[in-house]
Amino acid sequence: MIKYLVKRIVLAIVTIWAVATLTFFLMNAVLGGPFLSEKAISPQATAALEAKYGLDKPLIQQYFTYIGDALHGDFGDSLKQRGRTVSDIIGMKFPVSAKVGGISVLVALIIGSLLGCIAAINRGKVMDSIVSVVSTLGIAVPSFVLCTFLLFIFGVKLKWLPTMGLSTPAHYIMPVIALAFYPTAYIMRLMRSSMLDVLGQDYMRTAKAKGLSGKAQLFKHALRNAILPVVTYVGPMLAYTITGSFVVEKIFVIPGLGGEFIGAIQGRDYTLIMGTTIFLAVLIIVMNVIVDIVYKIIDPRINLK
Amino acid sequence: MTKKVLAIVLAAAVVFGLVACGGPKQPTGSGNEQPAGEKILSVQIGPDPETIDPALNSAVDGGNMILHLFEGLLIVDQDAKLQPGQAESWETSEDGLTWTFHLRDGLKWSDGSDLTAEDFVYSWKRVCDPMTAAPYAETVLGMVEGFDKAIEGDLDALNVKAVDAKTLVVQLATPCPFFGSLAAFATLSPVQKATIEANGDAWAVSADTFISNGAFYIAEWVPGSHILAKKNPNYRDADAIKLDGIKFCLIEDANASYSAYQSGEVLMIKDVPTEEIPSLRDSDEFYIDPMIGTYYISLNDAKAPFDNAKLRKALSLAIDREYVANTLMQGTYLPAYNFMGPGWVIDGVEFFEKPYISDDYEANLAEAKKLMEEAGYPGGAGLPQITYSTNDAGYHKVVAEYLQQAWAELGVDLKVDVVEWGSFTPMRRNGDYEISRNGWVGDYDDPSNMLDLLYSSNGNNDGKFNNAAYDEQMTISRSTIDPEVRRTALHAAEDILMEEAACIPVAYYADFYLMSNKVTGAWHSPYGYWFFMYADIQ
Repeated sequence: MIKYLVKRIVLAIVTIWAVATLTFFLMNAVLGGPFLSEKAISPQATAALEAKYGLDKPLIQQYFTYIGDALHGDFGDSLKQRGRTVSDIIGMKFPVSAKVGGISVLVALIIGSLLGCIAAINRGKVMDSIVSVVSTLGIAVPSFVLCTFLLFIFGVKLKWLPTMGLSTPAHYIMPVIALAFYPTAYIMRLMRSSMLDVLGQDYMRTAKAKGLSGKAQLFKHALRNAILPVVTYVGPMLAYTITGSFVVEKIFVIPGLGGEFIGAIQGRDYTLIMGTTIFLAVLIIVMNVIVDIVYKIIDPRINLK
Repeated sequence: MTKKVLAIVLAAAVVFGLVACGGPKQPTGSGNEQPAGEKILSVQIGPDPETIDPALNSAVDGGNMILHLFEGLLIVDQDAKLQPGQAESWETSEDGLTWTFHLRDGLKWSDGSDLTAEDFVYSWKRVCDPMTAAPYAETVLGMVEGFDKAIEGDLDALNVKAVDAKTLVVQLATPCPFFGSLAAFATLSPVQKATIEANGDAWAVSADTFISNGAFYIAEWVPGSHILAKKNPNYRDADAIKLDGIKFCLIEDANASYSAYQSGEVLMIKDVPTEEIPSLRDSDEFYIDPMIGTYYISLNDAKAPFDNAKLRKALSLAIDREYVANTLMQGTYLPAYNFMGPGWVIDGVEFFEKPYISDDYEANLAEAKKLMEEAGYPGGAGLPQITYSTNDAGYHKVVAEYLQQAWAELGVDLKVDVVEWGSFTPMRRNGDYEISRNGWVGDYDDPSNMLDLLYSSNGNNDGKFNNAAYDEQMTISRSTIDPEVRRTALHAAEDILMEEAACIPVAYYADFYLMSNKVTGAWHSPYGYWFFMYADIQ
């Protein structure tokens, strides 16, 4: 286990370094810069700004400076949002996204696995058909369509729910539905097929033959094995969801991290692009390691090497 | 069993741990949490501003917020006329080079400390400081004596002096009859030295350190959500302010802002979805107000075949401007038969005299065909495929598609190249294009603000127009304060521009927005700003 962890951490560092390096050179290869606007800034002002943020130095030198600073935990100042550091921005926006995203993942996990199980147990019956229609819909409908639909029905026409911000629990309802819909549908499918697989296994027949009650069969034997594929999916999904969705945040006016990703790229805010990308990379890697450990605990047959 | 429990605990910890990061003190979105009885006007005039530091701002939405938070020496009233602001009076010397501003008694910052002429000296020098790198430094202070040295770092060279606590004297190097308009411009608002020295650039991103001197101060700022500006009790004209506060809702998406307007959460929105315009046209809450500014097309005048003025003119004449403005742009723009639209003024007198392009499209098209022949491309023969570059926003793509059809009448084969915004601006500025969308909204109402765009060495001369006679007229206009001489020179420059078809004007900008009838006393200015400071809610 320890050996495995050390190996994973070394691998993680290499991966993050590769992500950072690729991002750094790719973003600099794209035309444009952070100090351009529709109205031209005087050459003196541009030169002064570039000098201030070290963008006048050769690219390779900028790269080493950046990596050096990042290793010390300094991700620099945002080039567009002057007066804010990249860490400030992530520290301010991530918790908002994480809260909405975390709730959404919980909702998706509970509803998704529950409905998936029900569908599997009732295979071929009405309930199964309903679940499969819902899951197809969830996978096919893009989030911006769902958001607009919810907003129109519940926000504008019925006026049941507030349309923007997150100030009360009611504000969370629409964004959480919008964010949870796709993962719920996906988990439903995963759960259903893996449950069906498990239910057909020999050990289930053995359990039945031993005279175990339906409940005990289901929870002690079937669920524990059937949940494995869902766990694999939940790790990366959690990382993506808690870092925010550009579309959902934009439509429901949520001050989350998703908008910063896109805004940073559009505005060529180099330091913020680097900061958010590295942050997401770290998060995904951490999630994957946790998933592996959880995996091992749930299924002792799995050997982490 | 213990392993199972551990698994569940671990899995739950992952989810809950992250959820809990949010904590109770985390910023939440906008809502109606104001105490009862407070009169707060909620408006949407744009997304999160990049900055609301007056020196750093170059955006319209940022400028609009600064206007409510700060007050410069002078202000612009509802009729676009200059009025006393922090200065109660001002005068100019005979030669127009010395401007003296007399500040009012008892001026204060929002934190209650005194505001003096020294604060203006500090603020204006800060604008010139290369370490500030203010985008508008040259526009607003370029004519002040010593600017060239100040921009290199010798700040004290800038000839702006506080004779006493209430008198500010500005010495210009070249005449600038519209310096009064600049004194009312957001960039030249005073900023407080104490908070900037204590907090650096970060002074302008937090409500706690954001000290201002205008009608409102920032009480709360949740990035990506809202800025709550409350009435500043220390403002010199605080008694005239009826609102307790303005909430700027930082909504980026037009559909989201429209929903918020319909549900009554905001009373005014700038971003109205264009699909909704036909259904809103008859509403008395829907406004289309003109701006000083023009949607135009830049031709790369330095590159063949666009170095041929006849070809440029033919392309210009083949556009049905009436159709573009009223049908394609749904009447949210006005057809532009001239580069300079209505609203520009010299010494209080309207600059616009006559349209240069006839509104008779059929006749124009016939003439365009003739010009194509004269240019050596009869029916488009011999002309290579031409590329039109634009970014994808607003009506840009629709206009591009229209131009494909319109210019096909002349036998022009037009290819449309949609470029992502971040790359579009540098590409256009570097001259790496053939024909490109362009546009300009006036910073102040002197016509030189827009005619300067075609001056050979201007940083915004994307068309690389280089005409000695044009430059000469512009130089004349800069060297005098006589309004008539300036008017004549600027019109002469305009004649050259239109005769040469240096660029192709298409439409004049307007702002279209929704504002509830409950809001009174608010107005929109031709610079694209809304003024809510004297507003009230019925």
